[in-house]
Amino acid sequence: MTTSLYGKYGGQFVPEILMPALAELEEGYQRYKDDPEFLKELDYYLKDFAGRETPLYFAKNLSKKYGTRIYLKREDLVHGGAHKLNNTIGQSLLAKYMGKTRIVAETGAGQHGTATAMTGANMGFDTVVYMGAKDIKRQLMNVYRMKLMGTEVHTVESGSKTLKDAINEALRDWVTNVGNTHYLIGSVVGPHPYPMIVRDFQSVIGNEVKEQIMEKEGRYPDSIVACTGGGSNAMGIFHPFVEEKDIKLFAVEAGGSGMTTTKHAALHSASLCVGEDGVLHGARTRILQDKYGQILESHSISAGLDYSGVGPELAYLADIGRLTPCHADDDEALEAFHELSRMEGIIPALESSHALAYVMKAAESGELGDVVVINLSGRGDKDLETVINLEKGGN
Amino acid sequence: MNIPDKFLELRARGESALIAYVCAGDPTSDATEGIVQALIRGGADIVELGLPFSDPVADGPTIQAASERALSAGMNSDKYFEMLASLDVEVPLVCMTYYNLIFKRGIEKFVLDCNDAGISGIIVPDLPVEESEELAECCVRNNVDFIFLIAPTTTEERINMILEHGSGFMYLVSRVGVTGARSDVAESTNKLLSRVKTNIPKAVGFGISNGKQAKEVVEDGADGVIVGSAFVDIIASGIDVNARLEALAKELKDGILSAKR
Repeated sequence: MTTSLYGKYGGQFVPEILMPALAELEEGYQRYKDDPEFLKELDYYLKDFAGRETPLYFAKNLSKKYGTRIYLKREDLVHGGAHKLNNTIGQSLLAKYMGKTRIVAETGAGQHGTATAMTGANMGFDTVVYMGAKDIKRQLMNVYRMKLMGTEVHTVESGSKTLKDAINEALRDWVTNVGNTHYLIGSVVGPHPYPMIVRDFQSVIGNEVKEQIMEKEGRYPDSIVACTGGGSNAMGIFHPFVEEKDIKLFAVEAGGSGMTTTKHAALHSASLCVGEDGVLHGARTRILQDKYGQILESHSISAGLDYSGVGPELAYLADIGRLTPCHADDDEALEAFHELSRMEGIIPALESSHALAYVMKAAESGELGDVVVINLSGRGDKDLETVINLEKGGN
Repeated sequence: MNIPDKFLELRARGESALIAYVCAGDPTSDATEGIVQALIRGGADIVELGLPFSDPVADGPTIQAASERALSAGMNSDKYFEMLASLDVEVPLVCMTYYNLIFKRGIEKFVLDCNDAGISGIIVPDLPVEESEELAECCVRNNVDFIFLIAPTTTEERINMILEHGSGFMYLVSRVGVTGARSDVAESTNKLLSRVKTNIPKAVGFGISNGKQAKEVVEDGADGVIVGSAFVDIIASGIDVNARLEALAKELKDGILSAKR
């Protein structure tokens, strides 16, 4: 009877109140996902609003230094500065077609909140974004961007005051306003059908890479590397390649300040690498938890990776050995942040810097092969304050 | 006493049940016994003891705060079962918690521990019937009632599915939203009570905080009235807690008894 979709992972572990809404969402998605009018509008938004397709850039200086051909999928050039808009365009359109008038969303780094604010303003929704107090402090610019676009930003003071608590609060809002409201979840997490819907809307990334790499290299890459918090940019670039079994997929998690755990908190966010099976935010997946099943707070220098869970499909792909979970820590990410800025003139988001850092670490061993694609999921402007403060020695 | 026997006893007297919820270990483990006894003295027929979870998505601010207080005072699953086993009470006890704590302990072990601790029923607000097969079977094998929630949004098809698997009582959610005390009884309560057709007792919860509301809900046809946040608010105040809990329980039970059915 279970609705698990990815091996033993996935499912719908939500309050009864939401079960009909999930059924309605799945029905709506199945009805419109191949609808010519819906697809035409989706294409229009992706091209003229988001600025797709994004380039697949050959990073010649990095390639030379690391002795392998490195390509960057430039999701940092998407309107708003990250891949998040791909998903919010898709889900906002879906909500519009389904007759919803209000959108709620959670945000960690503020990128998904910003992307939601953009489509919310453009398509005329009442938009509410929940954001942890700790994240609001480290991402003030994004908070202001959301407000500029008419979005109500609610500060979440409960729990660890980060992404997981923002998701709790967005779920509570949805439970209360389920009739007119669409919950626009920002990653491949949550109850079915969200992990599938978000993956599908983000797959535009991998689908573009398929054509672009054939043009440039005449073949598919040997490996694809993406940073992974909840995992939407990773699933977006991996999904179209999952059946290409020779291509190695690397999911780089945040190693934070160390791969250890105190009583109530992990010093990292590496739920694929070291998490255990559990149920969080509506899905069975791998999570960071204590021996009783209480969720541990996670840590990362990058708010967008700072999450105690991970998408259920990623947990499944890791279980069957189709992807390799790995991690880069705060310092390595920071170093990669500087190196890409200096060598290629591209300032990456701290999230994406984890993917870069892993390539820089692993290139020498040869495990990545001759052609590597890195998903450069976002740009680093939003992180400048964090980096400046770190370098001043503060926090 | 188990839950079905309690409802039989109440039915024989023509009474509906007062079901009181508090979070175990809030504000400390030592306080819980006194709190439970106060609720029973006031007239609680069944006591739900929450096993606190770090991420309680179905709960409003009152019970979230209670969970945080209990967890920071050191409550955990081991201590929970120990504490409940030591309670000297005659009324049925119900465990309310989130699924990850059951999953992590192991479903079989969790239900066996409930049994050993004298717990008669389990409520899991984030476990819909579709995902509940393993726990439901385990509960049946061990004579623990598995209490499901039914919401105003629940379709007829789902109501039937839930009635097939639930036992003890049906937890009817009076309104769309999270837990928390409110001043009015939702109009949807009456409609939901008439939509759920079963011999299993029907208890209504979410938002009920005073005797007048309790009376209304019973007049609408409820076999039980569930009150949580209003009790938890008293605990949170820290002032004259047990006496006020007893007084509120008495007010609610008096409301229930004054209902004309």
